Amino acid sequence: MLRIYSFFFFLCLTQFARAELTIEITGAGEHQTPVSVLRFTGEDESQRISEVVANDLARTGLFKLVDPAGRSPRDANAVKYAEWSGVEALLIGSVTQQEGDKLVVTFQLVDTVRRSELLKLTVSSKKQQSRAIAHHIADMVYERLTGTPGVFSTRIAYVNRNEGNYRLVVADSDGYGEQALLNSKEPIMSPAWSPDGTRIAYVSFEQGRAMVFVQTLSTRERVLMAAFPGSNSAPAWSPDGSQLALVLTRDDSSQLYLVGVDGSDLRRITFSDTIDTEPTFSPDGKSLLFTSDRGGSPQIYSMSVDGGRATRLTFESGNSFSPRYSPDGKNVVYSLYSGGNFSIVVHDLESRQVQYLTSNALDKKPSFAPNGKLVLFATESSGRGILATVSSDGRVKQKMVAQSGDIREPVWGPFIKAMN
Amino acid sequence: MNKLILGMITVSLLAACSSPAPKETASSAPAAPETSTAADTSASTSAATSSQATPAASTDTAAAQAAADAAAAKAKADADAKAAELALLDKRTVYFDTNVDALQAADKETIMAHGKNLGKVSLLKARVAGYADERGSSEYNLALGQRRAKNTKKALVAAGAKDGQISTVSYGEEKPVATGHDESAWAQNRRAEISYDIAK
Repeated sequence: MLRIYSFFFFLCLTQFARAELTIEITGAGEHQTPVSVLRFTGEDESQRISEVVANDLARTGLFKLVDPAGRSPRDANAVKYAEWSGVEALLIGSVTQQEGDKLVVTFQLVDTVRRSELLKLTVSSKKQQSRAIAHHIADMVYERLTGTPGVFSTRIAYVNRNEGNYRLVVADSDGYGEQALLNSKEPIMSPAWSPDGTRIAYVSFEQGRAMVFVQTLSTRERVLMAAFPGSNSAPAWSPDGSQLALVLTRDDSSQLYLVGVDGSDLRRITFSDTIDTEPTFSPDGKSLLFTSDRGGSPQIYSMSVDGGRATRLTFESGNSFSPRYSPDGKNVVYSLYSGGNFSIVVHDLESRQVQYLTSNALDKKPSFAPNGKLVLFATESSGRGILATVSSDGRVKQKMVAQSGDIREPVWGPFIKAMN
Repeated sequence: MNKLILGMITVSLLAACSSPAPKETASSAPAAPETSTAADTSASTSAATSSQATPAASTDTAAAQAAADAAAAKAKADADAKAAELALLDKRTVYFDTNVDALQAADKETIMAHGKNLGKVSLLKARVAGYADERGSSEYNLALGQRRAKNTKKALVAAGAKDGQISTVSYGEEKPVATGHDESAWAQNRRAEISYDIAK
């Protein structure tokens, strides 16, 4: 069952230096905090760390970036607070290059209202990782100002389809730093991050039909997880990373199965004669959401991981697809097709209230950022498939436009362990 | 691309396998009465020389003519049927209604023709690929395409194909033939495609 593939031929890990995406932001948070990010002294003009930090903060819609207008205090002690009355926080930093290719960045976050220092830290990295260091700083600033961990250092995965060529891509959450994990002439679908962010499970048609592979990002080694007769698809990781939920057609129509990540103990957990697909685990690992047309139209159902009775969750007019829990398990986001439009919808599990986050006609495949504040989804703009995000309150929308091809099947990765 | 080429090869293979080949039938059919008329003429010439056989010979000639006409008509009908069947075999895509996995009445003849052909030529293998339009999630559409392929296979088996001759695959919404976002594009994408392969 388990086969390890070496793939010198069709796997090529390519890193692009230039931007692959153009980002467009609309809307604003209910309360925007005015902040100013000063140019870091000594930073490389071609790769400005302060600019990446400012863009990260701006994209959340929670901050209003105020132009420093020539004011440039060297550090917190040099800040003339009277000059900064319209700003609530200031980010000041300096960059030094050390021998070899090491960058050392020292930054201070200053509260201009209370006239106090909120953060002062020194971080270092290799020079090539200046964007990573910037995202790391933005995460710390975001957390200090909002109380919620930032997701700027996390990564996303998606499929790029371009004239019959398919690429499985991993990129930074802002769309930069694209790395192709797999290039194929046949479709790739449904990438799913392992809970620790080290592996991605996905569906590839490279052997003529849908099969599930699991690939380790660091070693590029991959394993064929499921190649039963028929389609093998829709992989979802259990929160502890020990199991995968899968959809197989080997016994019947598409049904849900669980299997150990080592390929052991495969068992079927749904027994309908209809379509059951798109399983996803609850954060506590005890239940699953999935899409089923057992009631006559595709809707979202929940069920214990042990199987048994499924409960219908969605009763909107239209068809519901692609459910995902919020990281706290309190909400479910899904794609609703109604009146000719696909919208991204959030369902509050306690109040059973439903809120439309978007309605752009072709909004599909939503997934929460690991801090629960943003939802990533696929949509279309000018006839091309693109990535988009919306804040979990629906206020701030962001479109990311790829330079070529259609972007499909996006999924937001988990928090990653502290960078070294 | 490869599949297209393979598809074209299988069309010619089909033509070769099904007996008799359509073009030969069509061209030989009109020739048949002439041949029999020539034979009749020589028969009546020989009958004229032996006087007692004349009435019988003329009856024979009329009967032979009628039989020849009937044979010609039958040959023509057979040829037409064969041509129609081959036209049906040329049609290798069947279409579905929105979110429906059941075949449409309009495609019944096409399915019957392919099923009969597979039944007749046991060396043939077929693959049925199911597809869906974009209105659904990719995974739901993969499942829907699988059901469309499965139902198409069932119908082919009911029409005479053997279960083991046909494999199924689904591509869901992944390989649209039309990329628009309207019903005319969606209708073309909700399909199952039958392709042939030679038994190994």
